Amino acid sequence: MIVSGAGWGDTASAQSTVDLPLPGGPDRRAMTTAFPQKGPMILQRTRPPLLETPFEVFDRGVFTPNDAFYVRWHWAVIPTEIDVASFRLSVRGHVDKELSLSLKDIVDGLPRVELAAVNQCSGNSRGFSEPRVAGAQWANGAMGNARWMGVKLKDVLDRAGVKPGAVAVRFAGLDEPVVADAPKFMKSLSLDHARDGEVMIAYAMNGEQLPLLNGFPLRLVVPGWYSTYWVKMLDRIEVLATPDESFWMKSAYLVPDTPGANMKPGQTGLAMVPITSMVPRSFITNLKGGETLKAGAKVAVRGIAFGGTTGVKAVDLSTDGGATWQPTVLGKDEGKYGFRQWQTEVTPPAGDLALMVRCTNDDGLAQPMTNNWNGSAFMRNGVETLQVKVA
Amino acid sequence: MKISLATVGFAVPLIAGLVLAFIGHPVVQAPPQPVTASAPAGSLSAAAAPPATSGFVLNSVSVELPTSDTAFPGGAKADAITANCLSCHSAGMVLTQPDLSKAAWTGIVEKMIHAYKAPVAETDVAAIVDYLQETKGAK
Repeated sequence: MIVSGAGWGDTASAQSTVDLPLPGGPDRRAMTTAFPQKGPMILQRTRPPLLETPFEVFDRGVFTPNDAFYVRWHWAVIPTEIDVASFRLSVRGHVDKELSLSLKDIVDGLPRVELAAVNQCSGNSRGFSEPRVAGAQWANGAMGNARWMGVKLKDVLDRAGVKPGAVAVRFAGLDEPVVADAPKFMKSLSLDHARDGEVMIAYAMNGEQLPLLNGFPLRLVVPGWYSTYWVKMLDRIEVLATPDESFWMKSAYLVPDTPGANMKPGQTGLAMVPITSMVPRSFITNLKGGETLKAGAKVAVRGIAFGGTTGVKAVDLSTDGGATWQPTVLGKDEGKYGFRQWQTEVTPPAGDLALMVRCTNDDGLAQPMTNNWNGSAFMRNGVETLQVKVA
Repeated sequence: MKISLATVGFAVPLIAGLVLAFIGHPVVQAPPQPVTASAPAGSLSAAAAPPATSGFVLNSVSVELPTSDTAFPGGAKADAITANCLSCHSAGMVLTQPDLSKAAWTGIVEKMIHAYKAPVAETDVAAIVDYLQETKGAK
């Protein structure tokens, strides 16, 4: 990643740009400080906002600061004022008693839980997909890890009393489509998933209230699952007695029902199913592609990894194209759904060096050597290769 | 300090602390700020915060979102896309896309109309696809 122009901390950073190494381009993006409660972010789209976390942020620790946490909205009608006194979360549908909960009811009236978890866009890294596909052209920064604090969704559902025969729970927020008859953004989980005790309604991340663009005042947290389910500005929960057939479950965020959601470009006849849980990934964070290391000198190599639905068992590094792998040392475990740091050393000889990093999760699932391809570039998780020079 | 890989393999948790202590632990992020009832910095305003019985207080928020002044290049050729597409998203969405085939662009415009209900005039569809093909078409 190459940064030019004014420093990121400078108020003149509207002048600065970043070049994302996307094959075929366009690679240039503006760095922006124009968004509320956000520091310098990579501008992917102004309206509705798509803001990418600058990759350097991931080298600073396993928790992504709120003011650097990526942002992704589907529809442009986003409330810009939230009054904490009048806000209500409704629980309706196939329940014994409909609820209208104030923030005080939620914060003070239900047991508090905390959990570290990675939030990653289904299409993170889409810009690297080849052949390229349409959509937000993210590099690797449409992800973040936070310590989420809130209440169990199960506790809220129990308070309403789920009726026998319920099968799913649907979630929606305060954002609205620009066009009246366009499909409002809603997502659903199976009833069993919704009541697993881990799915959370969060009112804080990293010890502070959520930035508005990350879903203030309430956001669903679905540990291990892609961010499409983490509904922002959550204000309505609907218990369903029949499967959710609405647009955002039935016609969007679908992946081919194949191992790794992989298919050939142009392949037809595949069953398409809703995207669900995340797969392991790992990244080098302290070195940049194209930089020059000193020959014969030890250099620390470190980064982050996450396991998806379970923790990180191992992160291995290869300097010979994947023929052999050396283990790395894992940092503190902050929770199985979060980022885990890893670190090792290499002493490379002069020449070109390709550093490959591979995460294996606690289920034994390892990143594949080659990336998948599908028409939405969802679930990309191949082994990353960082090319550096040694002289 | 040299890491013995064989040693690391057998005693990762013990070695990890030592290694990080010597190399420098990469975690430099400050711990979260204690939460207080005062309004956060920036354009936020505190109002009607619930009583701080729990020790965690949410403050009302009022912000402004920036607008985009990026226009589609191309003069009159961009009239159709400018007239039909900017109500739902800024031009940057299109200008950051890779070069795609005309069939792909046609499919995207159809999806915007049929799936996302974009109110695109039927007579403008061809001009929009032509513009996309010309500015973002696969070579």
